Amino acid sequence: MKCRSYDIVIIGSGAGGGTVAQELSPLCRDGVRIAVLEKGPKLRDEEFTGREVEMAKALYEDGGGFLTAEQTMTLAFGSAYGGSTVVYTGTSLLPPERVLQRWSVPGLSFADVEQRARKYVAENNVHLLEKALINENNRLFVEGCRQLHYRVQQFPVNLKGCRGSSLCNLGCPNQAKQGTNRVQLPRAERNGVEVVTRCDVQRIENKKIFARVSEKLIGSKGEPSTWEAGDYQIDAKVVVVCAGAVNSPALLLRSGFGRSLPRLGHGFTCHPAFIMVAEHSQPITNAVGHPKSFYLDQFAESNHFLLETCMYFPFVTAKAMVGFGEEHSRFMRVFPRLQMILVLACDEVDDHNRVTIDGNGRPVVHYRFTPEAIHGLVQGAITAAKISFAAGAVRAHVPVSHSPTIERAEAERLDQIAQNAEFKPGKLSISAAHLQGGCAMGSSPKDSVTDSYGRVHGIPWLYVADSSLFPNSLEINPYLTIMALADRVAETIRKNVNALL
Amino acid sequence: MRGATAKEPSRSVLAPVRVVFRAVVVTVVPDAKQLNEPSWLALEALVEDALEIRPAALRGQLQLFLRAIEWLPVVRYGRTFAALGDEQRSRVLRYLQDHPVERIRCGFWGLRTLALLGYYGRPEGAHAIDYAPDPRGWEAVR
Repeated sequence: MKCRSYDIVIIGSGAGGGTVAQELSPLCRDGVRIAVLEKGPKLRDEEFTGREVEMAKALYEDGGGFLTAEQTMTLAFGSAYGGSTVVYTGTSLLPPERVLQRWSVPGLSFADVEQRARKYVAENNVHLLEKALINENNRLFVEGCRQLHYRVQQFPVNLKGCRGSSLCNLGCPNQAKQGTNRVQLPRAERNGVEVVTRCDVQRIENKKIFARVSEKLIGSKGEPSTWEAGDYQIDAKVVVVCAGAVNSPALLLRSGFGRSLPRLGHGFTCHPAFIMVAEHSQPITNAVGHPKSFYLDQFAESNHFLLETCMYFPFVTAKAMVGFGEEHSRFMRVFPRLQMILVLACDEVDDHNRVTIDGNGRPVVHYRFTPEAIHGLVQGAITAAKISFAAGAVRAHVPVSHSPTIERAEAERLDQIAQNAEFKPGKLSISAAHLQGGCAMGSSPKDSVTDSYGRVHGIPWLYVADSSLFPNSLEINPYLTIMALADRVAETIRKNVNALL
Repeated sequence: MRGATAKEPSRSVLAPVRVVFRAVVVTVVPDAKQLNEPSWLALEALVEDALEIRPAALRGQLQLFLRAIEWLPVVRYGRTFAALGDEQRSRVLRYLQDHPVERIRCGFWGLRTLALLGYYGRPEGAHAIDYAPDPRGWEAVR
């Protein structure tokens, strides 16, 4: 067992960990030793090839196919220098006031979170993409929404020099997306923070972190770790857990904190989603241009769903459609003519849905679809199909209908064709990428894991700073809110640094 | 900085059930009938690679599930799955896809996912459907 010692150790380098690292890094000038331990590798710029299977394997946990305990949904989350900010589309929305008010976390105000989020809007170059860079897949969504008088909105995105490769979810090959891997982590490193990749933290015991550093395998992507492979004990005066909504609660559970924190792992939500695919009579620009430029959230409150433009890759698209054989292949063969819309359910906290660990300490995510989530996905699929038909599609693939191929002539009957009864877990391909909760903020251990500053109840040296802090679904893409909360956690540590160290 | 090490060799999951696996793949993706042997090997290599990170129990379940698919049709059709015609094979898979027991639907979903991964995850599979993104983006098409 090799030993290391730091003043502050941050576990994870995504939107939460990267932000905390940057915000604490000025302390390095005063001699404070800070390390970030990241489980995934750091890829060189030229290793972002955009090839689907290869990049998914390199950048996602379980290649993007982390299965829930029920095996009815896969979870996609990054495992790399920069975490999931390497593999999202750069969509950067300010937190919604109605949601923050509903969270009702004592000490957490909407104004404070919004002000901090705006800081990262500026820092990460969040802006609306210019019209000339919007592709037809996105324009058709806008056109369909306008035909139906829906309030379609454009996503602010954190891009700089986007060339429109369409490959955001496989890591930008042009390094245009301004995730923590491009902005916060390099700045933190310049200020003296040490980032250790391929370092898997196994448990935390009374200010001691036990971790294992892996070798780089021949043929795998990424730089080797700066630390020699092997087992480590890392002493730290302050530990900030930023491993995401699956791995943060799992790490704290296998470290034994569940005994004093009964809510640890509870409150997991994730915006379960599937893709609605529609065929147009002519090829459209879909595999070029930013894939996710517009969204529709006007039904989030009333019908529990969001729609977002999207463009996925052949395997993910094939997987996302239900069925097989000729009917399935017919859509795949006309890939250049496909319009894609992502249907996301706004799921609420449910007692069943939580993170636990198995006998080996690995995370297990238990998730069942609530009636509201099922309603949201079915209504979202119907609305998405209506939008695509309004934009001129000739047929659509609606996963929640008995026969998923819906011809244009049947569009009027969509409400009858797509039914809640056709929502069959295990048959549908449902995936989620907005993983939230598990270490919720609140007022006491009875209702939460941390206070509104990410301080774990009863353990003054232990903090959490990632999407696991959310006490319920955010109902929008979460990255700016994670960064805002991480900024708040980092400020709290800075203010109390003398007492903590 | 440290160097790279070689990966431990692992045992094939598909080798003992290759015949029925290929029969499932061509039922899921009919265009797979056109694949030559090197393409089949590339398809299977992708699937084996994906299975390698899964728990051993799950790999065993996959073999068991494929064996069940191979032999269950004997009861109804008097022939193994691989010996059935296209329509009968599709009927068997549809039965599993819509099965009232969720675990069985999940099992079929997993198998279907592997078949789609192997076929469309290959660069040739993507090219066959004219999917050709270019890192240069707009510059490459304008």
